[in-house]
Amino acid sequence: MLDGTDLIYAYDGSFEGLMCCVFESYQRKEIPNIIRPPSVQETLFDRAKWIETDEQKADRVYNSIPMKISSQAQELVKLGFLTCDPHKEVLIFRFLRLGFKHGGKVMMMLTDDTVSSLQKAVRHLTSECHKFKGFVRFSVYGEALVAVIEPKNYVLPLLSPHFCDRYRNDRFMIYDKTHGMALIFQSQKAELIFVEELTLPDVDSAELEYRRLWKQFYKTIAIEGRNNPRCRMTFMPKRYWNQMTEFDEIVGLAQWQVGETGAKEPQTSLCTLDAQSTYKISPD
Amino acid sequence: MIIDVYNKLTILSDSAKYDVACTSSGVDRKGKFGSIGSAAKAGICHSFSADGRCISLLKVLMTNVCIFDCKYCVNRVSNDIVRVAFTPHELAELTINFYRRNYIEGLFLSSGVIKSPNHTTEQLIKALELLRSVYHFNGYIHVKAIPGADSELITRLGLLADRMSINIELPSQESLTLLAPNKTKESILRPMGLITAKIQENCTDLVKYRHASKFVPAGQSTQLIVGATPDTDHKILTLTEGLYKKYHLKRVFFSAYMPVAENSLLPSMDTKPPLLREHRLYQADWLLRFYGFEAKELLDEQNPNFNLQVDPKCNWALNHLEKFPLEINKAPFEMLLRVPGIGVTSAQRILTARRSGPIDFSGLKKIGVVLKRAQYFITCKGKIIDGLKVTSDGTIRALMADQYKLPSPYPEQLSFFNEPLITREDVQQCLTGQI
Repeated sequence: MLDGTDLIYAYDGSFEGLMCCVFESYQRKEIPNIIRPPSVQETLFDRAKWIETDEQKADRVYNSIPMKISSQAQELVKLGFLTCDPHKEVLIFRFLRLGFKHGGKVMMMLTDDTVSSLQKAVRHLTSECHKFKGFVRFSVYGEALVAVIEPKNYVLPLLSPHFCDRYRNDRFMIYDKTHGMALIFQSQKAELIFVEELTLPDVDSAELEYRRLWKQFYKTIAIEGRNNPRCRMTFMPKRYWNQMTEFDEIVGLAQWQVGETGAKEPQTSLCTLDAQSTYKISPD
Repeated sequence: MIIDVYNKLTILSDSAKYDVACTSSGVDRKGKFGSIGSAAKAGICHSFSADGRCISLLKVLMTNVCIFDCKYCVNRVSNDIVRVAFTPHELAELTINFYRRNYIEGLFLSSGVIKSPNHTTEQLIKALELLRSVYHFNGYIHVKAIPGADSELITRLGLLADRMSINIELPSQESLTLLAPNKTKESILRPMGLITAKIQENCTDLVKYRHASKFVPAGQSTQLIVGATPDTDHKILTLTEGLYKKYHLKRVFFSAYMPVAENSLLPSMDTKPPLLREHRLYQADWLLRFYGFEAKELLDEQNPNFNLQVDPKCNWALNHLEKFPLEINKAPFEMLLRVPGIGVTSAQRILTARRSGPIDFSGLKKIGVVLKRAQYFITCKGKIIDGLKVTSDGTIRALMADQYKLPSPYPEQLSFFNEPLITREDVQQCLTGQI
């Protein structure tokens, strides 16, 4: 149970909102121990202070980071917000307080709890992102490529430049099932949108044939005499397997269906997928 | 008999799998409008096969037809197997379709020697030209140079690929004569030297003309088989070092010999591949490339093979206890790199963290140092770690051995008293070399 000394800030869950928490903390000369996004349940004796998001205040904090600390610190904070660390808000908050006190030196304080925890969370994010550059599996639907991922961290903004550059003549969509977001790239433009559910049509025979070829290649390339499932698991933990073609045993079974809307009209292009999405946020 | 792509892929990837290289690293290339693909300097692994190896490239042979008779190879002419070949078109379709689905980072194309080395190289050029200029493939390509091919053809091939490799396979002329009668040291090293010279020439061209086409921008690599011949680790590692220095190779790969043929000159078919030995060689290879070690520091004529119980870096440290313990807050970068449990990243972080204040043991842990190994070799602010348990040099060895990797001949014994209490004096004596 919370005791009287616990000061809780509640904010709207946006990056700007978190910047405002930093602003208010200086303004009101107080330090919250918990900063809570809306997704977290309130406790019984909750006395959280609601922090209103104000773009001007957020900008003041955000723009002062490269001036008072360093641009690397600004980058770290931006990345920190994409991580899945349950305490990311407090970590970023404490990191910034530390940074405003010590200046650029904060980036060298690797033995400090806050700095090392934040950097560790960011490393988790960037290494997961690097893994997904390889583990994303597209299926071809007509002219478009579609992939589903289930990452722990919010990796889409970081994956975007890589895939948009690589497939610049293609249209593609990467659907992040965990965060209900999708990266859509078409006519040379990338967008990040909210997608609550996604239903995909059946794949055609060419797609099935390439999946079959890939699975056969995957099986053949392993040397039986060196079998080492533990080593494989270290590099590619099982949580990634769900969405990878080589582990999808039953060919042709639509494992792609998300949500309970199986009866919906099958979509054939990204445009219709786009229209279905609930609402948009600013492009990446 | 008509063989479809599915069967060709099965046969030609099965024959290619003993090539260990599957890296897609060494070159950064942005995507191009009108093309598909890009390359990332760090390389990207797209999957891992059941043997734990990274799958990054579509690794196939153009054909498994081969006029050579290398005793250790599945594709040798004397082996009675089905022979097939991809057409350049089939290969291009397969590569592009795998690439679009993000199955792969690119293509690793090798080939058996069909008709002659020159003819084979021409076939490879044809396939890669189709892929690059008709299919506009801008992703990674690793191609094998065929020993004995003309310089002019190797040059053309190199302009289409990101990385090129020629496998030495056997680390000495005697072994080559015995097991690969159609290859000579010269036929391998000549093209290797040619590629090295071309890469350097190309670098100066690129300074002069920005648009000069790039010749194998990701450099060249090679592979050595471990355990097929009596060659020692010392010989292999010295050769490796020479290849890095003289030929500026990007990578030397080691492949534990997997018996694929019954031959009186080779280890018998039931020989287990020397995986741990291969692992030690890779560890040593990293020490050469990133840790500033030299081959002669790790092995010599008296100790020609690696200790399988202890990794090469730990082994070096145990043989040089006079250089330890090292004060973390003062030691130079090169020495930090020599402490077991401290890698390149942690050494760099230690340097960074030192600039903001002195580091203690809990700080080291947060930085990512493996204290379990490093603790015997370091001090923080002049102190060794609290409660260090060590009795003698032998204990250190026991503590540091990668026993979990060794298939122990004895069943493991459980003990209630497997951690005897040890005093600080024991440790100091041990580290100062009094025992």
